[in-house]
Amino acid sequence: MTDINAVSNTPNSYKWVGTRPVRHDGLEKVNGHARFAADLSLPRMLSGHVLRSPFAHARIISIDTKEAEAMPGVKAVITSADFPEPHRKDYVSLNLMARDKVFYEGQAVAAVAAGTKRQAKAAAEKIVVQYQELPHVLSIDEAMAEDAPLLHENLITKGVEPVPGKASNIPSRTLFERGDLDAGFKEADVVFEQEFTTKVVHQGYIEPHAVVADTSSDDRSVIWCSSQGHFMIRAKTAAMLGWEPSQLKVIPAEIGGGFGGKTTIYLEPLAAKLSQKAKRPVKIVMSRDEVFRATGPTPGTKLRIKLGAKKNGKIVAGKAWLAYENGAYPGIWGMLGAMCLFAPYDIPNFYVEAFEVVVNKPVNIAYRAPSAPMAAFATETVVDQIARELKLDPIELRLINAVEEGSRKPDGPKYGPIGFKETLEAIRNHPNYSIPLGPNQGRGIASGYWFNIGESSSATVHLTEDGTAIVVTGSPDIGGSRASMALMAAEELGIDVKLVQPRVADTDSIGFTDVTEGSRTTFATGMAVVGACRQLIDELRKRAAMMWEVDIDEVEWMDGNALHTVNKHAPLALAEITKSAKKTGGPLTTTHSLEARGAGAAFSTQMCDLEVDPETGAVTILRYTTAQDAGTAIHPGYVEGQFQGGVAQGIGWALNEEYVHNAEGVMENPGFLDYRIPVASDLPMIETIIVEVPNPKHPYGVRGVGEVGIVPPIPAVANAIHDATGLRMRRLPMSPMTILAGLNQKNGSA
Amino acid sequence: MKYEAPKSIDEALELLESEPDSCVFAGATDIIPQMRSGRPEPKLMIDLKCIPEMVQIACENKVWTIGAAVPAVLIAGDSALKSDFPGLAESAGLIGSDQIQNRASLGGNVCNASPAADTVPALIVNNAHAVIASKGGMRTLPVALIATGPGSTSLNAGEFIVAFRIEQPLPHSADAYLRFIPRTEMDIAVVGAAARITMDKAGNCTDAVIALGAVAPTAVRVTAAEDALRGNPIDEDTLTKIMAAARAACNPIDDKRGSKEYRTQVAGVLAKRVVIEAADRARK
Ligand SMILES: Cc1cc2nc3c(=O)[nH]c(=O)nc-3n(C[C@H](O)[C@H](O)[C@H](O)COP(=O)(O)OP(=O)(O)OC[C@H]3O[C@@H](n4cnc5c(N)ncnc54)[C@H](O)[C@@H]3O)c2cc1C
Repeated sequence: MTDINAVSNTPNSYKWVGTRPVRHDGLEKVNGHARFAADLSLPRMLSGHVLRSPFAHARIISIDTKEAEAMPGVKAVITSADFPEPHRKDYVSLNLMARDKVFYEGQAVAAVAAGTKRQAKAAAEKIVVQYQELPHVLSIDEAMAEDAPLLHENLITKGVEPVPGKASNIPSRTLFERGDLDAGFKEADVVFEQEFTTKVVHQGYIEPHAVVADTSSDDRSVIWCSSQGHFMIRAKTAAMLGWEPSQLKVIPAEIGGGFGGKTTIYLEPLAAKLSQKAKRPVKIVMSRDEVFRATGPTPGTKLRIKLGAKKNGKIVAGKAWLAYENGAYPGIWGMLGAMCLFAPYDIPNFYVEAFEVVVNKPVNIAYRAPSAPMAAFATETVVDQIARELKLDPIELRLINAVEEGSRKPDGPKYGPIGFKETLEAIRNHPNYSIPLGPNQGRGIASGYWFNIGESSSATVHLTEDGTAIVVTGSPDIGGSRASMALMAAEELGIDVKLVQPRVADTDSIGFTDVTEGSRTTFATGMAVVGACRQLIDELRKRAAMMWEVDIDEVEWMDGNALHTVNKHAPLALAEITKSAKKTGGPLTTTHSLEARGAGAAFSTQMCDLEVDPETGAVTILRYTTAQDAGTAIHPGYVEGQFQGGVAQGIGWALNEEYVHNAEGVMENPGFLDYRIPVASDLPMIETIIVEVPNPKHPYGVRGVGEVGIVPPIPAVANAIHDATGLRMRRLPMSPMTILAGLNQKNGSA
Repeated sequence: MKYEAPKSIDEALELLESEPDSCVFAGATDIIPQMRSGRPEPKLMIDLKCIPEMVQIACENKVWTIGAAVPAVLIAGDSALKSDFPGLAESAGLIGSDQIQNRASLGGNVCNASPAADTVPALIVNNAHAVIASKGGMRTLPVALIATGPGSTSLNAGEFIVAFRIEQPLPHSADAYLRFIPRTEMDIAVVGAAARITMDKAGNCTDAVIALGAVAPTAVRVTAAEDALRGNPIDEDTLTKIMAAARAACNPIDDKRGSKEYRTQVAGVLAKRVVIEAADRARK
């Protein structure tokens, strides 16, 4: 019978899993055939433009759209008055169209649909919004100050006893503790306490948000957009419109990068509402400037951490105070940081307190292992300090303290089989670990953790007349997941991976599927694919049995053929069975939906070699090596791509990326010229080591690989800078300017 | 907005006169991004790339003439030009990316009048002159006198630059250009430094011209550093003087791309490095 938890064969007997075919969607991405949301054009389509707040914090006194409505080409103008009052905790809807207040520069205030983008923009400029400016808070310190101006007058901190009597900018506090902290620190021979700050950074996906919506007169809308999850688009758009999800059909376009940033909505309800009012399809495409000002960056933070260790390297106590910005509305970012901060180490006594803080900046959203990179910056820097103080090899120190199967996570649950120690050993055993360094060069080591998730997934497999397996899922492919789905299906069905066509279907055409996030797709949607394939094999056996007129128990499935176990009949290939499907009961289609449990925790250990120009503070990354536990690498090439992508983004975050706001709270660098993500020539080839400690909860041992790679780079770079210069960097970004200032201070000059 | 692509200088001048709200352009790598971020659109845009003399590079009677609309990729890749002016060629080769260099011109780089324009310090140290066309005829002006401040030039209405003229360098003389950016490409100079150094057989510097970009409202000559070099070997002592002179010549802004202090300190470093580089080339 179909048991999707049955572990497939032994790894070395896999025929397809672990190979590197070219991705099925590769050619069309290269030749320009792939269709992104902004490519779509419908007859009679209008262009939308969003009017955004010029102020970081202001009360909206009035909005007058009369003049705008009279502008040439204008077919519809909307404001928050066109949407039902959102639930007070529906922060997404509250964020998407300002009501009585604007909370950050760039927040949407109104939107226009007109014949052309130019007309829509010209009309939007004629909307008269009367604002009353309010004092704003841009940093954690400002927002947490006793007399801080409040964003939300009724915001009472959750997680504090007794419940505070007074509103603040702190929506919540999370506490994780274990053991006896004071006793732990008493036991310690060395104690370090440090403070770190990090800046707001953006996911930096290359494709700006885009949507086309076509709303019909019976209040149904079809939406084309690029996102990490079209069922999420359907649910959140319906919530803002006050509709049922079933009134919407969302068609996923190809996606040009998301990294967590496309796990929410920005434009969809606006386009659907404009389309409803104008009775024509409406397209809205953000500019890069809008992407920076109005879509989810990841939090800025302020972190204080204290670690105590014994002479033998055992870390015995840890204390942390974490504050994470959340942008204008409450989020979960401090809590995630608290979950990850000490997760790689078995620390008997700790106390971790994390705060969410609202500020007058765009609302934060996930970015690859959200909140973990900043936490790792703090922990891994102090761990490096301890190793130096105790004259222990940094990997040895980590091995002494590393969690293993059975250790507890800071938030309670026990780890299953994990490959953290294996990643540490892989780096230590790599030839790069002993390459000698020259003057002004340094080597840094850091590790990172991310928990990964499961959630809901669905898959349908249908066989075509020619014996091709169409594998349909509801998971947008943001990192090569279609290739992984195809490989697992090929392995299960025993057919050539070229005979598998992986597809991503719209919300009407496949069962509910959660967002492509939390490194879950190859794990969870992969399980759904395996489940559907195993059902299909049962069905194929049944059909073969009918064709042979034998009992199904006499039929086995092997290498794409039905085999008759008592050998009376010659094997029947899959294509032969599909050819006579009409005679044996009709089309061959199976579907499997599940709520996946048992995602395996992910660990990565990384080594950065770099050189610092002592006269300019510029950092050149010389070599970079990353070892990460993939569980099982279904497609090693795309696994390596995920490792490298995480590292590349982490290095950018470490060295140059930051939101620069002026005193008025206006972003000063909303473009890729001054918001500096790394360019190809900034990075060496990132060397990858795939560690494989299979996750027993997945039929092929998969644990997610998409996120943890971004966790260690910041501290790896910081520790390498320290190794090269003696400077401890505790503030991001570690730009040439900050490094040179540090060197000047150290040298007692300028 | 109207677009015209005249085939001759005269035709371009006629068009300029016909519409007061007009604007010449070559690669449009500055003006299109500027218009996208709110610069008012002119009524007429005059594309200079179809005027033959503006897209040619030639050397006659020891004088190089580089058309003002020649794309940077051709300047960076012209081997004869590069052997005479490696620093100028490098400065053109640093602009943006391959895509930008296929369009970006010297005329645009100079007339956009950004203090950080990469080719300007290199043109200045080579004593490049702009050939300027107007209804009244042609005039020439040293490149150093074109930009008068960020975004403003000394060109009059109805004028545009046709080409740049540069005399071939003397023997034992070479130029170099270095810039500092936080990334390796696709960035705006935080500091740029150009030098032309002439050496004698004894290893002393006989002549020097040094210019810095991005550290003042326009590119600046560092005459104190030039004085420190002239007649002297390029040793520790001279280099220390150059660094101090370069820093003294700075009058930078404090902005998201670099603080005053940082630009000033790095200007000294780049001035020193660019002099060493140009002197090494001059000795060869
Ligand atoms: C992504 C990107 C990266 C860049 N990187 C760099 C860089 O690294 N270094 C750098 O210095 N610049 C850089 N730039 C700016 C720009 O590419 C350069 O300044 C380029 O040389 C401009 O040339 P253009 O022909 O495109 O100018 P255009 O945009 O065509 O013109 C610029 C201005 O000059 C005027 N103009 C043009 N030609 C003439 C003429 N012959 N006579 C009179 N006026 C004229 C125009 O009216 C306009 O005001 C970058 C731009 C972009 C978009």
